[in-house]
Amino acid sequence: MKPAPFDYVRPGSLDDALAALSGDPGAKVLAGGQSLVPLLSMRLAAPSTLVDINGLPGLDSVEVTDDGVRVGALARHADVLAHDEAARVQPLLRLALSHVAHATIRNRGTTVGSIVHADAAAEMPVVLRLLGGSVDVAGPGGARTVPADELYVGPLESSLAHDEIATSAFFPALAPGARVAFAEIARRHGDYALVGAAALVDGDTVRVGFVSVNDVPTVVDLTGVATEDLGDAALAQLDPTDDIHATAAYRAQLVRVLTARVVREATTDE
Amino acid sequence: MTTKLMGTGVQRVEDQRLLRGHGRYADDVAVDASTLHCAVLRSPHAHARIVDIDVADVLDVDGVHAVWTYDDLTGPMAEPLPLLIPHPALTHGRTQYALAKDEVNYVGEAIAFVVADDRYVAEDAVGRIRVSYDLLPPVVGIEAARAADRLVHDDVPGNVGARMEQSTGDVEAALAASPRRLTLDLDVERSACMPLEGRGTVARWDPDIDRLQVWSSTQTATGVRAVVAVKLGLDLRQVDVITPDVGGGFGVKINHPWPEELLVPLAARTLGRTVKFTEDRREHFISSAHERGQVQHIEVGFDDDGRLLALDVMFWHDHGAYSPYGLIVPIITSTQLLGPYKPEVYRVVFESLYTNTVMVTPYRGAGRPQGCYAMERAMDAIAAELGKDRTEVRAANFIQPDEFPFEQGLVFQDGRELTYDSGDYPASLEKIKALIGWDDFPAYRAEMAAQGRRVGIGLACYVEGTGVGPYEGAHVHVETSGKVKVATGLTTQGQGHATVFAQLVADELGCRFEDVEVVTGDTRRMPYAVGTFASRAAVMSGSAIHLAARKAKQKALKIAAEALEASPDDLQIVDGVVSVKGSPGSAIDLGTVAVLSNPLRYAFDEASKAATQFTVGDASKPPVAEDEEPGLEGTDFYSPERSTFASGMHAVIVETDPLTAEITVLKYAVVHDCGKLINPTIVEGQIHGGVAQGVGGALYERMVYDESGQLLNASFMDFLMPYVTEVPDGIDIDHLETPSPLNPLGIKGAGEAGVIPSAAVFASAIEDAEGLTSTGLAITAMPISPSDLFHLRLAHAEETS
Repeated sequence: MKPAPFDYVRPGSLDDALAALSGDPGAKVLAGGQSLVPLLSMRLAAPSTLVDINGLPGLDSVEVTDDGVRVGALARHADVLAHDEAARVQPLLRLALSHVAHATIRNRGTTVGSIVHADAAAEMPVVLRLLGGSVDVAGPGGARTVPADELYVGPLESSLAHDEIATSAFFPALAPGARVAFAEIARRHGDYALVGAAALVDGDTVRVGFVSVNDVPTVVDLTGVATEDLGDAALAQLDPTDDIHATAAYRAQLVRVLTARVVREATTDE
Repeated sequence: MTTKLMGTGVQRVEDQRLLRGHGRYADDVAVDASTLHCAVLRSPHAHARIVDIDVADVLDVDGVHAVWTYDDLTGPMAEPLPLLIPHPALTHGRTQYALAKDEVNYVGEAIAFVVADDRYVAEDAVGRIRVSYDLLPPVVGIEAARAADRLVHDDVPGNVGARMEQSTGDVEAALAASPRRLTLDLDVERSACMPLEGRGTVARWDPDIDRLQVWSSTQTATGVRAVVAVKLGLDLRQVDVITPDVGGGFGVKINHPWPEELLVPLAARTLGRTVKFTEDRREHFISSAHERGQVQHIEVGFDDDGRLLALDVMFWHDHGAYSPYGLIVPIITSTQLLGPYKPEVYRVVFESLYTNTVMVTPYRGAGRPQGCYAMERAMDAIAAELGKDRTEVRAANFIQPDEFPFEQGLVFQDGRELTYDSGDYPASLEKIKALIGWDDFPAYRAEMAAQGRRVGIGLACYVEGTGVGPYEGAHVHVETSGKVKVATGLTTQGQGHATVFAQLVADELGCRFEDVEVVTGDTRRMPYAVGTFASRAAVMSGSAIHLAARKAKQKALKIAAEALEASPDDLQIVDGVVSVKGSPGSAIDLGTVAVLSNPLRYAFDEASKAATQFTVGDASKPPVAEDEEPGLEGTDFYSPERSTFASGMHAVIVETDPLTAEITVLKYAVVHDCGKLINPTIVEGQIHGGVAQGVGGALYERMVYDESGQLLNASFMDFLMPYVTEVPDGIDIDHLETPSPLNPLGIKGAGEAGVIPSAAVFASAIEDAEGLTSTGLAITAMPISPSDLFHLRLAHAEETS
């Protein structure tokens, strides 16, 4: 459980970081390291260079406006979780982040890192998609904004190019009158969810995002679906699978239960 | 008189050091840069013939000092590792080589050993070794082993390492004559000890004194010492084994020697350098040991009161690829299955089967959880069949308090008769019923049902043979400072030995508790010892220490009597001072007595000067009398004729979610009888830890092998050890103390008890919550996850629709 040899650079500016990345096709960005470092230690990943972006200035902020919450690439999950203004403007952030692993991991892991790691078992990619957020990306050709719906292209695969760095993620504010809810079931406290569900109800529109069900972060539109049919309507657009912790059939049951639970919570005052 | 410490919850003297990070584990030994580190190439295949190993690429790697394969081993090192505990029934015992010879039999088996400047370089080097294999079909799981269309070892027909049978009478006749009969088929999956500190060994060869020092994270320092000496061709006196702090053992570290436990000392000797191996977590999963996996078939005959007239058990034990620890686990299952009950006739047959998986050696409980599960599931089935309360059926079968010593008519794991020394099971049952609220439960269930909630209650009873021999010893030495140095040879993995042993010494010798320092697992201090397993440390070393302290005390009294011109019978030792009872002015410190005990020629400190005011001995006789030795010391050994049997009962109330099938523990209660308690706080700590591990085994942990023999969940991400958030929030404990007549302190072991009834008690409670018993036992396989429970519900709904 020791990483294979790699070069390590810790650039002091975004330009230097981008240069380091584009100079080595085997280079990887290191931010919080909560996913990457275990992969290195188990030698499941062997990048030739680690570009440690923790020295880049100005990326650790959480900026809140009436439009939404912009989370810098170096803001830790714990920073976002503790941010009262962020929770006020977009309550789903805090609801979801409290399910992200354990405090020690949230202290180090970054929200943007989790989003671009593109793990369908993680909470924040689904939250970004459900809310219609986006990621700001810097690359050799300049900056661009990637809408969440264009971010996830496959299992553990984002649409970012190898030589790009996500500099921030933007979560739109909760519209007046709209409501959100989050629930998940995991084998142990802080584990990856067996199934997680996040609901956004805005007027007649009902959308639910699912964690650990499909192999990419997936959001389902359930607008107009009768309460008792919510789970099955969601399942019609989902493809739960077996793994060592749960069968596909059990996951489907959790989809039914959690879909009903989060939609109810986002539509009623019980 | 001073207060006795026996029976009081003295705060652990270890905690300040361990909790503040001052523990010193194997990996903390020899941390200087000159120490060399090792990595092991392990088989990626469950079953394969090794065609060729090419290490050419490794030799030029900078920083690599040695690369060894089987061909580099000579003499005893080239022989298979020892089969530690042979047994006549183990007709086909097999052990691996330190490095695989020709064939590998599980994913993780050691093939090549690299020594390098650091672990990084060593792992790089391992990655450059090329092995070509001829793949063989693997045998995974008990079903495949029984089918035997593939063999693990060519020369072990049917994959059967052992078949053993014991019976107390004609069980077939007894079954035929029973008015009622039931058959159960049960399954228990694999789990493992999972100490937070894995295996680790450090060795240093000192050419100046022609001697090898080995630090190993082991449960037996003397065992490791003996085998290292044999395998390296050294005299025993040339090898010291020191056990540093050990971050958990739970059984896996009693198996020895591990390949690395020999290869590291060999490398130290060969290279003339300090060499260290620290196992990582993945290695621990795939190359140490697992336990638990069994398939059981039970036929039981009983009468209308639920009394057991015949019990016929056949089980298949998954032994993994090798059998270095003999048949200890299945023998314990087969004998301890009986628990507190006395079936009129019992027969048990087991087959111990080889599979191409990690080998199986004892894990806390060591076969008892499986036995308890079989017996208690049978008790629940009988109760369901008769429509009786589960406690009533159990009570009908208890051995009664006036029946001890009770002969079960079987031979136990130590080769001795299975004879229970003492116990009071009816009293335990009353206590556990009160503690969990058994009689009030129907009302609680109704109350919860009204809220749409499902709750269930379960109970399980066990008896645990503890304190197995053959012996332990102790050395108690009062220094001239009055400090008391105690050594016993078995090892410590966090149990609190330094506390409880000091309590015993303070009580017996009469010194102050704070003056006692206990050393365990250091062969330089006590070369004769067995090890820490089978809940034996308190019984074995505790008794030996008590006896050794008594010897030191007798010597102190004899010397002090002369010095104080009094009769030894008139003396007392309180807080380290020997005084004449009723005449406190006439007193002498134990330290001064120690000075007097050693007729040195030289007065080199205040203590020896102080001693000169006393006259000891007869001037006409030698200063050290013929039957005496200098020094205020006592050494003694304790060797019991047989094990002492602790017992207990667990009960749990669980809630199951009707929709998600999540299982929540609402209340957990334990009644525990380990004879006289030395330190109730420490016993309760053992119970807490055992229950936590038991919850893991019952609800979370399983070793998920695929059909090719790959362990799919070899990490803490996917092997679900419970966190503190999954362990019952508070465990209600009540103690019963039926003293053991077998040792001077009346004590029994307590280390494993907490984990024994877990699978049984959770199966009982979940089944009760689910109300699925109408078609016989619903839960026949453990552990059980929410996903499993969900499918159980589906299957039951299908069955009853």
